[in-house]
Amino acid sequence: MAALAVFVLIVIACLSAPLYARWAGVDPFVSTLDRIITIDGQDVPVMEQSTEGLGLGYTPLGPTWRLGNYFLGADNQGRDVMARLLYGGLNSLLISAVATVLTLLLGTATGLVAGYFGGLTDTVLSRLLDILWAFPIYLLAISLSIVTIAQGISIGPITIESGSLWLPIIIIGIVYVPYVARPIRGQVLSLRNSEFVLAAINLGVPGPRILWRDILPNVTTTLIVFVPLMMALNMLTESALSFLSIGVQPPDASWGTIIQDGQALLYTRPLVALAPGIAIAVSVMALNVFGDGLRDALDPRSKIELGRD
Amino acid sequence: MKKLLLAAAAAALLTCTWQAPASAEYLKEHRGGTMRLLARSAAGTLDPHINYTLQYWQIFQPLYDGLVAFRKADGKDGFKIVADLAEDMPAVSDDGKSFTFKLRKGIKFSNGQDVTVKDVVASFQRIFKVSGPTSGTFYAGIVGADKCLADTKSCTLEGGVVGDEAAGTITINIVKPDAEFIDKLAMPHAVILPADTPTEDVGSNPIPGTGAYTISAYDPNKGMTMVRNPHFHEWSEEAQPDGYPDVVQYDFGLTEEAAVTAIQKGEADWMYDQPPTDRLVELGTKYMDQVHISPLTAWWYAPLNTRLAPFDNEKARQAVAYAVDRNTLVNLFGGKVLASPVCQVLPPDFPGHVDYCPFTKDPGAKWSAPDLDKAKQLVEESGTKGQKVTVIVEDNAVSRSIGVYLQSVLSSIGYQADVKPISPNIQFTYIQNTNNKVQMSVSQWYQDYPAASNFLNILFGCDSFREGSDASVNISGFCDKAIDAKMKQAMDLGVTDQEAANKLWAEVDKEVTDKAAAVALFTPKHVDFVSKRLGNFKFNAQFYWIFTQAWVQ
Repeated sequence: MAALAVFVLIVIACLSAPLYARWAGVDPFVSTLDRIITIDGQDVPVMEQSTEGLGLGYTPLGPTWRLGNYFLGADNQGRDVMARLLYGGLNSLLISAVATVLTLLLGTATGLVAGYFGGLTDTVLSRLLDILWAFPIYLLAISLSIVTIAQGISIGPITIESGSLWLPIIIIGIVYVPYVARPIRGQVLSLRNSEFVLAAINLGVPGPRILWRDILPNVTTTLIVFVPLMMALNMLTESALSFLSIGVQPPDASWGTIIQDGQALLYTRPLVALAPGIAIAVSVMALNVFGDGLRDALDPRSKIELGRD
Repeated sequence: MKKLLLAAAAAALLTCTWQAPASAEYLKEHRGGTMRLLARSAAGTLDPHINYTLQYWQIFQPLYDGLVAFRKADGKDGFKIVADLAEDMPAVSDDGKSFTFKLRKGIKFSNGQDVTVKDVVASFQRIFKVSGPTSGTFYAGIVGADKCLADTKSCTLEGGVVGDEAAGTITINIVKPDAEFIDKLAMPHAVILPADTPTEDVGSNPIPGTGAYTISAYDPNKGMTMVRNPHFHEWSEEAQPDGYPDVVQYDFGLTEEAAVTAIQKGEADWMYDQPPTDRLVELGTKYMDQVHISPLTAWWYAPLNTRLAPFDNEKARQAVAYAVDRNTLVNLFGGKVLASPVCQVLPPDFPGHVDYCPFTKDPGAKWSAPDLDKAKQLVEESGTKGQKVTVIVEDNAVSRSIGVYLQSVLSSIGYQADVKPISPNIQFTYIQNTNNKVQMSVSQWYQDYPAASNFLNILFGCDSFREGSDASVNISGFCDKAIDAKMKQAMDLGVTDQEAANKLWAEVDKEVTDKAAAVALFTPKHVDFVSKRLGNFKFNAQFYWIFTQAWVQ
């Protein structure tokens, strides 16, 4: 429960991003290099030009530890890191949540159909999953992102423009389908031979109806446990893609893009990279602990194998 | 008192200068040791006829020689061209189409072979045989080059490069007078190699050269070792001086952050890459004596695609030029010490440069401040308000931050803008290809040689635009027939009257700037961070730091 509480707090904080930005009077997506703020009655530039020695370089404002006034300091565009951290969290959470829904939908559908119908259908779907499974996940995600990042996706009437959040959502949603589909297929294979399913088949109930009414409710517990675990995994993937400039595109923020921004400031302003790193670590840990707890609570005997051995 | 001390110090300094030993004595005193250079990565092929990177052009200076060379001197003296393997500057025919060189005697390649007229002729043929990147531009004017470009393998340059072994002369004939032809001959792509050099890209296998040093080991994933050329003797201090270090070890693989730290600890002597921006304050305060800042004849600019909406509209282009705050960009690059705001194409102190800035709050000679009201008005007048604009930038810290800033500016004047950082390995070719429909990008141009045409004609000449090609360096797709004709006129005029040609180039610069085919951002400066032990730092305006002229002991 503590893990859930931590995660809910993070979600609430991120949802308050627009309110925080308005209260702080900052636009976290616009460069404000020449902004001057007031701290303790003194005017302080957000970006300070070195005046000593050769006068080389600019240093962004460090953390002021005053909420609403560059609490975590500024990045190299003079933007409020705290405001960007909250907005970034909103995008990271949104992408990981929607990608999780997509993964679960695709994975469940594939697992149900493959497990229930068996035969050629199972062979074809299982091999497709094997192919997807055979690629290193990050390599696959990076490849798909690079292909789509410049021009977007256009399939028939569906067009997703480059820069849209739907691109990382779809890519992350697809690459993790085998992670869900295979355990679901295994469960369906065993349910397929259970008495209540055989009875339904013998009574002539159509397959789709059996899947929907009899089998799906029996895998729901597994799916519920998958939600926090997949979300944690997706959050890590999104951060990695955004860090590599192939996820969320600037000036939009995600925790991954903020780490990337902070990379150029590691020496002078390490907090710009550390803060989103800590946010990711805490969120993922909370989701994993919550997922474990959920699994123990819902079905202590079941063991879900997430990821590869 | 302070003034007195200063005067005394200045007098002492002058005395020291006066009594300074000649370079030969310095050479005796400081000769030897191993110099360690660092770069994040290698820069491609070792073939001097093919490699077109600043990183290796700098390396090629003490390795290879052409008939002529840029002087290995400090600052702008490095723009002067001197005879190198040729005994003297060429005798030019009255019509300006024939250049005759007399080859020096007694010069050997690092493999012990004598340099002969045959090597010179074969080297010019090889430029075409290996399809050198500038064979179709710099050297396309040589008689017979058209046949060589059409059929590279059987290139003879018949009538173009004529050797007379008995007289030891080489005559190069060009189809029409070219005021920049000597500059082109001084480029690394025209160095002289042994006649039996393979007529294909040698990749990682070093080719013997005539310079003071030779490559003894090379692994593009690890590094390069340069040692003294055992067959070298100094024939011209200006063209190919002897060097100080016995060995130059150039290691690849360290990040810029790690390279700075290595130099601070004395583990390395110099880094090729620019120090990261978040280390600049530290370097500029704690390591002042080890930092060298040198002006560059270079240009950071944002090409606007004149063939795609919204920038096919001149007013839309001018609006962006008015809106961009160059001071902000200068700050993003590292501050006023490292860059200067500009409005025009030709860099300051460059042939043909006359201060001009129409896109500023108070139009005149210099940029003062952005004029957002004027920019918004122009966007309204152009009827392009609300259109989508994507800015393509390199995915590195400085370019990305410039892209993000430009996105902010475009949004503020009424466009729906976004920015796409893409890998620096592909960004330059990506933005050139019209198939990628790039509306706006951020790019840089560093001169090949000091001539106005190298900026204006290359970047905005009609001939530099190629539809659907990765090699269309006129990224804006700008082609104004009248301006193009004026550029050609200036190039022709340069053959007989360089001063008049420069005046014409100044007009061209003004006209191209007015058309706002690109937004001029700033002129950068170069930062060299060197080790404490390194002495005699000389920055050559043409090929940057002359590393073999520095000592490490």
